[in-house]
Amino acid sequence: MFNPTVARLTYRALLGRRRALILCALPALLLVVSAAVRAMNGADDAVASQLLGDFALATLVPLVGVIAGTGAIGPEIDDGSVVYLLSKPVPRPSVILTKFLVASGVTAVFSAVPVLVAGFVLNGNSQQIAVAYALAAVVASVAYSALFLLLGTVSRHAVVIGLAYALIWEALIGSLVGGAKTLSVQQWALALAEKVAGSGADISSAVGLPTAVVLLVVVTVGGTLFAGQKLRTLTLAGEE
Amino acid sequence: MSPDRTPAHATPAHAPAPPGSAGSAPAGGGSRPGRGQDVIHNIGYRGYEGPRLGRSYARRALFSQTLRGAYGLGRSAKSKVLPMLLFAAVSVPAAIVVAVSVVAKSDDLPVGYSEYVLMMQPLIGIYLAAAAPQAFSLDLRFKTTPLYFSRPMERGDYVVAKFAALSAALFVFTAAPVLIMYAGALLAKLGFAEQSGAAAQGLVFCALFALLHAAIAAWIAALTPRRGFGIAAIIVAVTVPFFLITALQGIAWTSDSKEAVGWLGVASPGTLLDGIQSTFLGGSSQFPGGQDLTGAQGAVYLVVLAALLVCFYALLQRRYRKAGL
Repeated sequence: MFNPTVARLTYRALLGRRRALILCALPALLLVVSAAVRAMNGADDAVASQLLGDFALATLVPLVGVIAGTGAIGPEIDDGSVVYLLSKPVPRPSVILTKFLVASGVTAVFSAVPVLVAGFVLNGNSQQIAVAYALAAVVASVAYSALFLLLGTVSRHAVVIGLAYALIWEALIGSLVGGAKTLSVQQWALALAEKVAGSGADISSAVGLPTAVVLLVVVTVGGTLFAGQKLRTLTLAGEE
Repeated sequence: MSPDRTPAHATPAHAPAPPGSAGSAPAGGGSRPGRGQDVIHNIGYRGYEGPRLGRSYARRALFSQTLRGAYGLGRSAKSKVLPMLLFAAVSVPAAIVVAVSVVAKSDDLPVGYSEYVLMMQPLIGIYLAAAAPQAFSLDLRFKTTPLYFSRPMERGDYVVAKFAALSAALFVFTAAPVLIMYAGALLAKLGFAEQSGAAAQGLVFCALFALLHAAIAAWIAALTPRRGFGIAAIIVAVTVPFFLITALQGIAWTSDSKEAVGWLGVASPGTLLDGIQSTFLGGSSQFPGGQDLTGAQGAVYLVVLAALLVCFYALLQRRYRKAGL
């Protein structure tokens, strides 16, 4: 099912262009800020949790997920070069699966690794905060990649819709309407972090762990399968 | 073959006549005798003798075209959906705010005018990220910029028209909910003078907000021909600093360095404008603890705002010294 050629093409499309600049700038920003906060404030669990939760997991991971997830397939569909890929005797679900694996790998590398390093910089992994947030970032990366890859096959406005979900649904509506939090990748990932981190770490999630795990698996598997189906019946729209 | 040939010449016998014979015959009709063979190239093109509308007309046309395009007017039905949805999403809560204050018979609106705009920042950011690449990147992608510059229009005209149109689109987007709230406040018979003053300040804030954000987004969008990339880059540039600075301000607030909260706010467009509206435009601050700026901080905020505007506009002008990429 995994196709190395598709993987190489996707990987180069994601990291070859200026996209890589944004992908590098975001983690670099997190690391610089963590170093600055540590230097000014000293090690503090509450501060570490605040920065990693409010900035890293709420902003950085969804943004990297949108860029990598939609970037894995969106531009190809947009400029029509996807027909050259689809006309090859490669099963379309396997195209999607490969692109999903590459996108989630890239997202995880550019979000979870910086989160882990930032956690160690901020408070030396006291109470397992760094590991907990890094794990949450990995899980969220996988779910976001599946979700945004699906969006990329469904709509030409995948980036806008993805951003609207990440910024408006999760941040704005999630903070006003409690129920919206149940349908938020961020909260599912936080449920995992809550379990891993020490009891004094002050990480709380709006959903229980079993619900979170089930929903994460459903979104990831369902998103990938549906994207594969969608690619099988893809029609190329003309330029508007 | 001659420009003013008569029906008699169009008979089959004369039609395949070679150019040489056409030149020797009186086929020129007396218009240009003795010009010889080049007559055959004159196939009746005429010069344009109507009015030339000139640079300012081209500027205005480009402005209105871009402004309409930012809301999908004059484009396909599909591309109207997103701007209109976002416009509704930013306006409807304003109507709800007004309705609540009318029903509750309160003597003031629950949310201030400029506070409302600041609360809607994620939505406005997404609208901006969708509108700016549509205005700038597509001209680069479809290589229409050389066509613009082959008209009497100059580089400065193009930049002014596009930037003004994007600012105007964003101003309409932010001012509409402010006007809805103002109309509602008058209907609810809240104090007329007080509400008018606050709404005017709110509109000034909307203008500043639109100018700064349009300048940043226009420059980023002008750097890339790819729409998807432009959208992502703009949203990153607008929202990431805001969330980052807000998180840092929270940390500074909890660790008791209250002075730092104000200084940190300079570093992102959203918090910069927040500080300006709370200090100069009578709004209330969204900073942690609702902290206000000191006098020196307020001055620095204004200087930074002016510097950012000039800087991004100059960068945009510089970008178009070359028409392509």
